Amino acid sequence: MLTTTLARALAGVTLCTAVMLSLPAQAGKTLDTIKSRGQLVCGVNVALAGFSSADSEGKWSGMDVDYCKALAAAVLGDASKVKYVPLNAQQRFTALQSGEIDILSRNTTWTLTRDASLGANFVGTIYYDGQGFMVKKELKVASAKELDGATVCVQSGTTTEKNLTDFARANKLDIKPLVFEKNEAATGAYHSGRCEAYTTDASGLAAERTIAKNPDEHMILPEIISKEPLGPLVRRGDDEFFAISKWVLNALIEGEEYGLAQTNLDEKKTSDDPNIQRILGTAEDMGALLGLDKEWAYRALKATGNYGEIFERNVGKDSPLKLERGLNKLWNQGGIMYAPPIR
Amino acid sequence: MTLWRNQKIRGWIYQIAALLLVALCVAILADNTLENMRTRGIQSGFGFLSQPAGFDISESLFGFESTQPYWKAFLTGLGNTLKVALIGIILTTILGVLLGVGRFSQNILIRGLCLTYVEIFRNVPLLLQLLMWYLLLVEFLPTAREAEPFLGMFLTKAGLTLPWFGDMPVKAGFGIKGGINVSPEFLALLLGLVIYTASYIAEIVRSGIASVPRGQHEAAMALGLSRAQAMRLIQLPQALRVIIPPLTNQYLNLTKNSSLAVAVGYPELVSIANTSINQTGRAVECIAVIMAVYLTLSLLTSVLMNAYNRRAAIKER
Repeated sequence: MLTTTLARALAGVTLCTAVMLSLPAQAGKTLDTIKSRGQLVCGVNVALAGFSSADSEGKWSGMDVDYCKALAAAVLGDASKVKYVPLNAQQRFTALQSGEIDILSRNTTWTLTRDASLGANFVGTIYYDGQGFMVKKELKVASAKELDGATVCVQSGTTTEKNLTDFARANKLDIKPLVFEKNEAATGAYHSGRCEAYTTDASGLAAERTIAKNPDEHMILPEIISKEPLGPLVRRGDDEFFAISKWVLNALIEGEEYGLAQTNLDEKKTSDDPNIQRILGTAEDMGALLGLDKEWAYRALKATGNYGEIFERNVGKDSPLKLERGLNKLWNQGGIMYAPPIR
Repeated sequence: MTLWRNQKIRGWIYQIAALLLVALCVAILADNTLENMRTRGIQSGFGFLSQPAGFDISESLFGFESTQPYWKAFLTGLGNTLKVALIGIILTTILGVLLGVGRFSQNILIRGLCLTYVEIFRNVPLLLQLLMWYLLLVEFLPTAREAEPFLGMFLTKAGLTLPWFGDMPVKAGFGIKGGINVSPEFLALLLGLVIYTASYIAEIVRSGIASVPRGQHEAAMALGLSRAQAMRLIQLPQALRVIIPPLTNQYLNLTKNSSLAVAVGYPELVSIANTSINQTGRAVECIAVIMAVYLTLSLLTSVLMNAYNRRAAIKER
């Protein structure tokens, strides 16, 4: 009796040891995995209007989602071959580290700590944001510096939480943070009147305000208390896929710079501007250097349009959010959106 | 050879072998995790615990400043967990016993109410109940600016504020200054945990009392005791032997369920650990801290309740 139990236990332990020993210490080439799977697995926000949200039919849209589409188009030749994995702020890094997703495209702020210690690399900045505050107009508050004694609702697991503390310390304000795991819970507590203010990135405030029951009752305070460069991340240790992700983002920005829009892309194929020829792959083959074919950027631009089109459609003047381009204008139009040259 | 034939020694050898294998398994798992983290450039170690936390905590027993280190933040979270767990265990025991005893009432209304209570609160998920209490508190109470004091107390969206050693709460700025404040987050969590767990304790108490032979009740009646005396002096003490072990389990559940507090914004241990994971990226370490703390709390509860169980057991003389 004892012997059989022991034999079973032994078998179990041996099996689990064998499984653990055979686990690869490092994931294989991400690109190969994506190609053999025939699908890009992209971690996105659960729900953030303009950046990533699903409609009633489960179709995803937003800036972060468009980037995934462009990447899938460049790598797999089909923008629809993306599996979206909705992640909350706390799950996102673990999902990337563990290989559950290929890329994290979820309004994540690029900071030193995250860049250096998470085992991830930031691909670039897709949206230059900054943290702000929203209050109800009836409070008659005109500046964030009048929030002394206020309770402020915030989502846990974000840079927002620390920025709020820093801002309160620097301005000697007694601000009580009320931290919720889910963003809906934080905004819910704000709307119910439990918190005097709600804080997150200015774009998120605008998104929240548009879906509020009565947008006119709320106002966004003028102070922007932090720099929040938002962008996608990939796992460390795969330089090839890191480069592809970076250059797809660059191609979207360069596309705007050279006037390559979704609608005129095919006419532009005959352009004799060497810059355009390089981007669209009609002359030199730039894709080969990335391990892709020469039409990689053409397909990305065809799928989503250039950076400006993505911006206006999702968060800009063609969207309910109506955000100003601001810092996100191209470098030659007064903004800081700047892509290294594709050459 | 003779050693091997000895049952007892052979048993020991098996035990030790099994233990070594399990230890080996754990070691390989840990080594593999660390190796994977190293190759992916994920930094590890508990050094971060002495770094300044940099975030504020909305309520703490002994005060917390964002400049204090992470370990103090964890301690603050643990304090908040213990606060809600201890008060919760006391209240839920009282409520649970009343409900359980109520099931034996001669009054059909009381019996029916107790049964309905148990069926409702035991079958609705705790998370939903927590969200419901929180919603009720923050939706329907007045804001601090609209509130009027009642006997020197304020009950508002900012919670319950009571006078404390002559320190009267007054309206000031956005909220209420002075007195002591019980936040709606704490209230919602406490209400949810107590009302939910009491429904289980009521069932445990009911089955405990039902296990005492009916003759004991009849004998007590024959001695001229009242029904209440019979319950308190004869039936309940005997029922305790059946009640205590599953009751221990409910105390553990209540403590562990307090980790759902992050849904309603109460800063207990898991909520603080979640924030820390995101600020530092040290997921494995923070989860290890949570596991160690809950394991310690569970073992402590278990030891205390076992000691009590030995006292309550029938003494064979």
